[in-house]
Amino acid sequence: MPTIDLGAVPLRELNAALHALPADTNETHWKVINPRGKHAIAVGLDVPVTVEVEGSVGYYCAGMNKKATVVINGSAGQGVAENMMSGRVHVKGDASSAAGATACGGLLVIDGNASARCGISLRGLDIVVKGNVGHMSGFMAQAGNIVVLGDAGEHLGDSIYEARLYVRGTVKSLGTDCIEKDLRPEHVKDLRRILDAAGLPDVSPTEFRRYGSARRLYNFHIDSIGSY
Amino acid sequence: MTSDERWIHTPPRHSATFDAHAIAEIHRAAATGIYDIRGFGAKRKVPHFDDLLFLGASISRYPLEGYREKCDTSVTLGTRFAKKPITLKIPVTIAGMSFGSLSAPAKEALGRGASLMGTSTTTGDGGMTEEERAASSLLVYQVLPSRYGMDPDQLRRADAIEIVIGQGAKPGGGGMLLGQKISERVAKMRTLPQGIDQRSACRHPDWTGPDDLEIKIIELREITDWEKPVYVKVGAARPYYDTALAVKSGADVVVLDGMQGGTAATQDVFIENVGLPILAAIRPAVQALQDLGMHRKVQLIVSGGVRNGADVAKCLALGADAVSIGTAALIALGDNHPHLAEEYKKLGTVPGAYDDWHEGRDPAGITTQDPELTKRLDPVAAGRRLANYLSVLTLECQTIARACGKSHVHNLEPEDLVALTVEAAAMAQVPLAGTNWIPGKSERGW
Repeated sequence: MPTIDLGAVPLRELNAALHALPADTNETHWKVINPRGKHAIAVGLDVPVTVEVEGSVGYYCAGMNKKATVVINGSAGQGVAENMMSGRVHVKGDASSAAGATACGGLLVIDGNASARCGISLRGLDIVVKGNVGHMSGFMAQAGNIVVLGDAGEHLGDSIYEARLYVRGTVKSLGTDCIEKDLRPEHVKDLRRILDAAGLPDVSPTEFRRYGSARRLYNFHIDSIGSY
Repeated sequence: MTSDERWIHTPPRHSATFDAHAIAEIHRAAATGIYDIRGFGAKRKVPHFDDLLFLGASISRYPLEGYREKCDTSVTLGTRFAKKPITLKIPVTIAGMSFGSLSAPAKEALGRGASLMGTSTTTGDGGMTEEERAASSLLVYQVLPSRYGMDPDQLRRADAIEIVIGQGAKPGGGGMLLGQKISERVAKMRTLPQGIDQRSACRHPDWTGPDDLEIKIIELREITDWEKPVYVKVGAARPYYDTALAVKSGADVVVLDGMQGGTAATQDVFIENVGLPILAAIRPAVQALQDLGMHRKVQLIVSGGVRNGADVAKCLALGADAVSIGTAALIALGDNHPHLAEEYKKLGTVPGAYDDWHEGRDPAGITTQDPELTKRLDPVAAGRRLANYLSVLTLECQTIARACGKSHVHNLEPEDLVALTVEAAAMAQVPLAGTNWIPGKSERGW
């Protein structure tokens, strides 16, 4: 297993080495030690390898990830897995703001809490947060799922489009145009899929409440002016 | 009527304050209850490049022969950090405009025209289309606040990256694409339901402030192995500080867009009342670069109301490395052309004034997603028209540069310029014509 010590090796070398891997590489499991909160660790990956980071990371770890699995054995700074396209990112600690921002696909699992704007402008990624999420999570989220086992902060799902938000705990307040919706069988089924993928077979989907767009602001209407 | 009775009432007198446009806007607002949205850039008169003149050569300076002696126009962008800087053959680039706001043939035509002249074009909200990538020899990929269509594969296929903080038509505002133009293809590219009003965010989702921007730039460089030039685009608002902060954040290139810069759809009140004319923005931006010792090391591209080669030359003389055109490029493709007068009449307007680009009914087939209207634009012919226009811009700029004795258009300098008005003299920091007076500067130059 290749092990990269970021205390000794420049970040640029780590990312360049990961980018240079062929799709059928045999070096499928990498370990990164001494991350020391560095930014942009394991970004832009495009191969089905696993990168395990032993410690906490700074901004944008696993940014724009495709195909790879990135495991952070620590906490993550702002924008972890931002604009991720596919693959899997697992934060064993907490995540700072904008976790999974604008991401299109794959699975992001956060064992701890996620700060403000988790899943902002989400475009298809599934996010599972085992703890709580901060304010404005799911802001302008377009597609994908945010599953929160704990509580959600203020203005959840503000200006949300077609993403689905599932919260097991309390919601401090809903944002503009975000409403609670029925948890229908197809949602239970989808939630089951996501929870299983996140390694949570014992969590029941029926314990969650679903939130999404009221679709009142999709086209401008003068009578909705107070909402803008 | 006696000769005196006619003076009982004064003749009708229009108010200078409540002029015809102001009164019509009040009536429109009262009738609809909503602000006016339109395309194009600022239409109000502001100090502009027309208020500057070149001095030309005389006894103290000698000119270059117009058709014989070389006057270089090339510009290299991204020399600060990028492993693969890009070189443009002409100092004119095509500004970012989205597929969605523009039709696919229009985007292709922009690529074709730019490529014929050896310069770049730029994507916009919604990401990169195959048509424009195939047609563009040099393509700049925008990273916008909305991130609609943002895709790392497209990022890797780009020749440069432009992080958009703002644009001149609406510094501090986000994008707007109304439902009429959200076709099935546009909706799919942006991961949005078809037909909804799409409002792009005005702030980036995963960073705030210059310290974060620096980290964001590092991330983009890491993803692309430090190969591509990274531009930072700002609307002209606080050009000295914005330029300095962009440099501090690690930009290779600063793009500065004045208030005359176009937009596909924005509130009229925003277009006309927020931001600086580009004339007022260039010198503070150049000053910031000079103060940091980065002039010509971090390149400066300016835009907003560039129409002809004299405008290009004036931008370069004030210290820019290149200019960018948007509205002028669309006009070159065929927007607002007189031969569409009858069609414009049906839309309640006339050639030269058509600005309802947001409605998607453009008879020229440029600012529309209507399948029938888009067919009207031949991307090959329109690309040729753009190339012709870019060629004229370059020739005109060279003409002026040679007359000023310059072997490269970058050798134009403020000393070559004078201003016709006190305002322009103050903004461009060149003397009022016939004097040595630069308003706001002492004789010692400060």
